[in-house]
Amino acid sequence: MHGWPLLSLVTFLPLVGAGFILMIRGEEEVVARNARYVALWTSLITFVLSLFVWFGFERGTADFQFVEKTEWIPAFGITYHMGVDGISMMFVLLSTILTPICVLASWEAITYRVKEYMIAFLALETLMVGMFCALDFVAFYMFFEGVLIPMFLIIGVWGGPRRVYSAFKFFLYTLLGSVLMLLAILAIYFHTGTTDIPTLLAGAGIPPEMQIWLWLAFFASFAVKVPMWPVHTWLPDAHVEAPTAGSVILAGVLLKMGGYGFLRFSLPMLPEASAFFAPLVFGLSIVAVIYTSLVALAQEDMKKLIAYSSVAHMGFVTAGVFTVTQQGLEGAIFQMLSHGIVSAALFLVVGVVYDRIHTRLIEKYGGLVHRMPNYALIFMVFMLASVGLPGTSGFVGEFLVIVGTFQANTWVALLIASGMVLGAAYMLYLYRRIIFGKLTKQHLMDILDLNWREKAIFAPMIVLVLWMGIYPVSFLDVMSASVESLITNYEQAMAGSEGASLALLWSGQ
Amino acid sequence: MTYDLATIIPELFLVVAATVLLMLGVFRGQQSTQLVLGLSVVAVVVTLALVWLAPAERAAAFGGLYVHDGFAGFMKGLILTAAALCLVMSWRYIERENMARFEFPVLMLYATVGMLMMVSANDLISLYVGLELQNLSLYVIAAFRRDAIRSTESGLKYFILSSLSSGLLLYGASMVYGFAGTTSFGDLAAIFAQAQAAGETPSVGLVVGVVFVIAGLAFKVSAVPFHMWTPDVYEGAPTAVTAFFSTAPKTAAIALFVRVMMGPFGDLTAQWQQVLVAISILSMVLGAFAAINQRNIKRMMAYSSIGHVGYALIGLASGTEAGIRGLAVYMAIYLFMNIGTFAVILCMRQKDRMVEQIDDLRGLSRTHPMMALAMGIFMFSMAGIPPLAGFFGKIYVFLAAVEAELYTLAVIGVLSSVVAAFYYLRIVKLMYFDEPAEAFDTPFGREMSLVMGATGLITLLFFVFPNPIVDGAEAAAAALLAG
Repeated sequence: MHGWPLLSLVTFLPLVGAGFILMIRGEEEVVARNARYVALWTSLITFVLSLFVWFGFERGTADFQFVEKTEWIPAFGITYHMGVDGISMMFVLLSTILTPICVLASWEAITYRVKEYMIAFLALETLMVGMFCALDFVAFYMFFEGVLIPMFLIIGVWGGPRRVYSAFKFFLYTLLGSVLMLLAILAIYFHTGTTDIPTLLAGAGIPPEMQIWLWLAFFASFAVKVPMWPVHTWLPDAHVEAPTAGSVILAGVLLKMGGYGFLRFSLPMLPEASAFFAPLVFGLSIVAVIYTSLVALAQEDMKKLIAYSSVAHMGFVTAGVFTVTQQGLEGAIFQMLSHGIVSAALFLVVGVVYDRIHTRLIEKYGGLVHRMPNYALIFMVFMLASVGLPGTSGFVGEFLVIVGTFQANTWVALLIASGMVLGAAYMLYLYRRIIFGKLTKQHLMDILDLNWREKAIFAPMIVLVLWMGIYPVSFLDVMSASVESLITNYEQAMAGSEGASLALLWSGQ
Repeated sequence: MTYDLATIIPELFLVVAATVLLMLGVFRGQQSTQLVLGLSVVAVVVTLALVWLAPAERAAAFGGLYVHDGFAGFMKGLILTAAALCLVMSWRYIERENMARFEFPVLMLYATVGMLMMVSANDLISLYVGLELQNLSLYVIAAFRRDAIRSTESGLKYFILSSLSSGLLLYGASMVYGFAGTTSFGDLAAIFAQAQAAGETPSVGLVVGVVFVIAGLAFKVSAVPFHMWTPDVYEGAPTAVTAFFSTAPKTAAIALFVRVMMGPFGDLTAQWQQVLVAISILSMVLGAFAAINQRNIKRMMAYSSIGHVGYALIGLASGTEAGIRGLAVYMAIYLFMNIGTFAVILCMRQKDRMVEQIDDLRGLSRTHPMMALAMGIFMFSMAGIPPLAGFFGKIYVFLAAVEAELYTLAVIGVLSSVVAAFYYLRIVKLMYFDEPAEAFDTPFGREMSLVMGATGLITLLFFVFPNPIVDGAEAAAAALLAG
């Protein structure tokens, strides 16, 4: 595939599919069927193409690969620059694998305006993949922010009863954070004269006083996206009201944009400020892990419970990122990937019973194991992965993060680790209430087990969860070189600056 | 003298064309309206071509009263494009609304001539002549539906308030003349540059004069606190006229504003910058908050346009070449999305009557999917969401603000854009989330679909080919500051 603009193909192929769907005319039934098939095939082909990135990716180097660069707005030196490194590559795959799964998951669940729905999802895929590939700040921002449009429509058109409120809250919350980041990007451009990300990664040389403000602006954007406590309140609303596939993408990919942003921008470009604010991030992460876990324990709505668990799991990510240790960073990335699969799968698990009974209230269920043994098994796998059972993907990420934080600060490690216990509590409690017990409720008596389509959705996800848990090296290999170079750059920047002493004073070393 | 005339060929052509069309209308009677309208579009397009073909170098005419340069060329291009599109959009509208009289297109042409003059004015006197030529034509068009009370009211209101602001402007201009002794932009600039070099601070009287001029111009661009006329006039005027008001005259007034501030008063930046920062902040904030409660879509667009002027003025407040470039890009993009939005509003007809309530758009995505798609694009673009064109307009002006270290202005700007996003999103919500109301009357007419499609595509795909507009704006800004 050498010489092909592979990343651009992966990025924009879904848009071509969306264009095809837009062209479909005819009766509503026919249009809906064709739209589903076109969307499925487009997303599958995109996934196959993205596999070339996985296999063609050279391990052991921190350089950006599959680089494409052409002029875009020469007046400002803004280029169309695409490329992936060990940090971003697997997020591209995460996006491309979740999209066909979402299309399949919506096959029967979405009954009206199927054409628009599929167009929105394919456009969303383009924006997600583009965001992880973009190596120019302006292009990055365009993809980052553009995601809001299809997601707003997905929540608002196909969502639940409070969809309008949730869609607005999601949009305005995230927009408010992002616009401040835009100003920070402009300030960086003004200061360094470039928006080229690799150039900036090599050393932006921004004075520490300025870094503080820029860091806060980036933080406003990424913290909302992650989301970190206390700006997480849009997430439960958005998740509860979004259609199943919308929740899957939201939890699977959109939350990762925040973590990716911290890794890609805050840490390497603003090292002094990152060191300065690390205690703040640790504090918020601890609150997120413990507080939202407790909140999750009290939830009556399945989706809301999983939404709060997402906030808790992303707390591990933010804590891991700001330890700036090899284990902490790799753990954070791994945790994001794992959470991308596991929480996506959990939302699909909820979606399965929601499609049948049309309620998400936990009290309406119970004893499902008697009628749905396959479902109970699959639910168990993902539930345990979410808890972080050794042998599943969840364990690797959380363990590495705890090892990393232990080196940075033992108290943080202790408190973060308590999240694993709480996680086990609320997930097991959820599982018991839904799956076990006597099957007494009348409306559950003739509930059907998984059909072949649902099994086909879960099969690849189970394989991934186990693969990541049993043999994580094949994923850690990809990222290690990039993480190492990130840490080296960070330490060089810290050693060469006077701001470092300020940060050391702060953390009491 | 021949050289002078060569400089104003586009304007000359348009005046002659308008007069010929007036004659045609007078002799052929009212049945010639469609013919006059069609020929007006042709006249505007030919003028556009003439502007395009005019040499890009700066050329002054009539003893420095009049100047044509790259900046004027860019702005005239925008004004003529807006005029042509508005004429096309009024094709069916004037027939349906009983305003099919041949004076309508002719007056639009005269107003356009006035705008071209404003953009090229290089003297306080020619500035005023151009402004009044435009204004007098616009008063009449605003009240063109003589039998409708609201239209008449809007024309009258516009006339009275606009005369007041012209008075302010004239008063300011006379004070400037009194203290500086000249009305020529070139001489004024030289005097202030000299004073600046000698380290003298300008006299209080002069500063007061400049502030009066700013007040007069702020009125014309409908910036807060001189915006009160906008919602009433926009709501009352016939919709095709509102579409015109919100684009061409606004562009002309902004261009004039820029030329006055950057040209003769360019060395007084310290004196006027804070005034402009204040105007810009107030416009953005008021535009964002006041639009939220509107029920009438034309009123909402009025507040939206106040907000957009605030953003454009960020560029001017920066007082740099980057700022002017941002402003030029902003106005170009604003033109396309605004015309597109008004094309949609012009299609809002039920049972053969125009409807103007925002709620009438409910469920548009079911009844008219392509129109809803276009409107959605315009709304997201106005909210400044990438990758749509409106985002680029914002990014360029904010870049200028950051460069000029006007951080407060930039932060308030982006925050008010989030507030503004709320009411733009509300329209998307009505169109996509809500159940359909009554469908609009069809067919809309091929020309409306064409305008909607073209402006929609430009707004959507601007990010693919940003260079024609960005480079044009860049050249315009450079030309303005070189002159």
